[in-house]
Amino acid sequence: MIVFSLEAHVELSADECGSSAHKDPSSSGPRPTSSFTQSPAARQPTSLEQLEEEEAKDSFDVDVSVTSPEKIGDGMNAYVAYKVSTRTSLNMFRSKTFFVRRRFSDFLGLYEKLSVKQSLHGCIVPPPPEKSVVGMTKVKVGMDDPSSVEFVERRRAALERYLQRVVSHPSLLQDPDVREFLEREDLPRAVNTQALSGAGFLKMINKASDAVNKMTIKMNESDTWFEDKFQEVENEEQQLRKLHAVVDSLVNHRKELCMNTAVFAKSMAMLGNSEDNTALSRALSQLAEVEDKMEQLHQEQAASDFFIFAELLADYIRMLGAVRGCFDQRMRAWQRWQEAQSTLQKKREAEAKLLWANKPDKLQQAKEEITEWEARVTQYERDFDRIGMTVRKEVLRFEKEKAKDFKSQIIKYLESMLQSEQRWFPEWLGYWALGIGKGKPCCVTTSDNSAHIVFQDT
Amino acid sequence: MLKATLKTKRLHSTQSVSDTPHLPQLSREVKFTVHTKTTLSSFQKPEFSVPRQHEDFIWLHDTLVETEDYAGLIIPPAPPKPDFEGPREKMHKLGEGEATMTKEEYTKMKQELEAEYLAVFKKTVQVHEIFLQRLSSHPILNKDRNFQIFLEYDQDLSVRRKNAKEMFGGFFKNMVKSADEVLISGVKEVDDFFEQEKTFLLDYYSKIKDSTAKAEKMTRSHKNIADDYIRISATLNSLSSDDSTANKKHLEKMSDLFEKLRKVEGRVASDQELKLTELLRYYMRDIQAAKDLLYRRARALADYENSNKALDKARLKSKDIPQAEEHQQQCLQKFDKLSESGKKELTSFKGRRVVAFRKNLIEMAELEIKHAKVRSSIQLYYICFIMCTNELQYAWGICKILCEQI
Repeated sequence: MIVFSLEAHVELSADECGSSAHKDPSSSGPRPTSSFTQSPAARQPTSLEQLEEEEAKDSFDVDVSVTSPEKIGDGMNAYVAYKVSTRTSLNMFRSKTFFVRRRFSDFLGLYEKLSVKQSLHGCIVPPPPEKSVVGMTKVKVGMDDPSSVEFVERRRAALERYLQRVVSHPSLLQDPDVREFLEREDLPRAVNTQALSGAGFLKMINKASDAVNKMTIKMNESDTWFEDKFQEVENEEQQLRKLHAVVDSLVNHRKELCMNTAVFAKSMAMLGNSEDNTALSRALSQLAEVEDKMEQLHQEQAASDFFIFAELLADYIRMLGAVRGCFDQRMRAWQRWQEAQSTLQKKREAEAKLLWANKPDKLQQAKEEITEWEARVTQYERDFDRIGMTVRKEVLRFEKEKAKDFKSQIIKYLESMLQSEQRWFPEWLGYWALGIGKGKPCCVTTSDNSAHIVFQDT
Repeated sequence: MLKATLKTKRLHSTQSVSDTPHLPQLSREVKFTVHTKTTLSSFQKPEFSVPRQHEDFIWLHDTLVETEDYAGLIIPPAPPKPDFEGPREKMHKLGEGEATMTKEEYTKMKQELEAEYLAVFKKTVQVHEIFLQRLSSHPILNKDRNFQIFLEYDQDLSVRRKNAKEMFGGFFKNMVKSADEVLISGVKEVDDFFEQEKTFLLDYYSKIKDSTAKAEKMTRSHKNIADDYIRISATLNSLSSDDSTANKKHLEKMSDLFEKLRKVEGRVASDQELKLTELLRYYMRDIQAAKDLLYRRARALADYENSNKALDKARLKSKDIPQAEEHQQQCLQKFDKLSESGKKELTSFKGRRVVAFRKNLIEMAELEIKHAKVRSSIQLYYICFIMCTNELQYAWGICKILCEQI
């Protein structure tokens, strides 16, 4: 059971600071067991089941898909436009179903806008797929060769998953930029997306980490949750990278197997032609045919290794980077608060000095500054607490989504493996049957412990 | 009746007990024990065993090749040297990568390595055994004196081998080796049967050599995939043990799945190796032996033609006619003998090849079917396990999926 406290404080901050752009709708319902407290230190445990109930109540009916990639223009200025379709039951959109055309830089632009606004509050903003100069150059030249087709499909699927993650996030869905992205016909072109190439994105995350590392005052955590969780996230990211590298190797080896099987099949066919014994010649030619079919199946398997398994890992490596980023944002908030406190301290010391030196006009200014900084300290402290609460809530939501995602992708992966497998079986069965002198099997029924095969008479 | 079976002993390591398996560095480190059971009176005992090394088999093969009386026979191809290069390379890589692997991953890869080593071992035993079985089932070769010595002589053969080498001097060996396709195609063929055989064997040899190489590559890819599965399983396992969320059990199941799949993949690779690649490799060598027979016959034909020319010359010069006539007769007799026995050998070779191919291809298909079934049931099991959260739903899941398959 997971114990956390958040509802009380989210509501409190919403009431106190007025409407915030990312007001969480799930906090608007009645809380059966929570009680409002003034102190951030009070912890109100709420069970995981209750959180689940709340989420179920507010199931957003927004479905997005990214389809129909189309190459627009020619030469080096060409780009690919995707159809972004939305289906929704929410009233905040202009209609129930609609679509727009977007290009890759539009997606990056959306991310930039969201991350600037939302990550400051500790929100985990899903990162988009990386830019790829090599991949795009090939596509600009021609969209028909297999590697370009694979590249475009990979990007399309990644953009779709990116959007789905954005709209399933309760705070982000409320963001006007998201609505604009989904609805507006003429979206102004995003500029400065160079910063959001793969390298640029990492740079941004690492800049935040560097700032944290350079902090001279180390945070004294009363609650080890943040430290522990951060460590977990770092470890997990490292492991996922390792796993991704191995899966990449698997994809390559399976592609090699494809190639080697095809080449072998051809060689078998030639051998079958050379063979002077008729029956053996036919057996060798048929083996060549079976191996040819195996090549197709290895091909399918390599595709699902890549598109389902490898891409799942790549997505979550990026996502964990974003999670790390929001932990760092919290640290920066803490840093701001500490710096304000030390500035306040300096102002108080300055005031004391002025009192002693007896300079009344400067004293007035000093008192004003102290008041200003006292307000700031209070504000920054509250910001820090709020961002801490948001980070906790975001992380828990992220973990839940991740478990769901992994489960569904693993099932998809296994199902595709199984489908391929079910097709191997009759191929070899047919071959074996011909070998032992029966005709081609014409129907196979299977039950738990046995298979019944009916052969057609030759 | 002569029957030969082959048992091998693993080399006892003289080093202290260590973690890494000790792989034979040289072929003489593999020691074979040849066990013979016979009812023939030419042998001293009805049942006996002798220790032999790979070099002893080669010696036996070479003496048979160099025996003129057997020129018209297909001499069974010599077994290839035990080749542990693959496992050795893998062991090297394992040693290098040890630092970056978890203990579990390392153990699994070591297991895989040991399995591969065992597979090479089994293969080399099989190939040496087949060589002896071919000899013992051949009506002429199984009476060979050197074959008997090989089976019976209970001292170290290497001393005897050295003496024998001096006797033969490798003359015939060189002769056979220097003969090439030019020689065969240069000689005018009088017999349709041999003409066809020549064309067929030359073509078939190059095709089967190609297929063997391609099959080896295919098997290698399967092995690489099995290795990837090990690493994936190990990494998923560490991810799962560090995970404290709902994802933990999904990762655990995935790790188990890949562990089971890699065992199947490993078996697919080794079955394919034994039934397909080894089959092709063996017949490639056998066809080379058949080609050697054709070379010898072509040589005999060339000798016969030269002797004819010599006889004509002698008749012209009216000098040494009886010698020339006798020489010509000998050449003709030799050529006829080779042709007659050659025809028989090549015909039975064809039959043998068809039977062996059929047997192996059927067995391979059966194994592929078995593997497909095993993999399917593994995948099915894990789909249900992951989809369902308790036993009842699990059973229901299986039924649902099975119904959809029919």
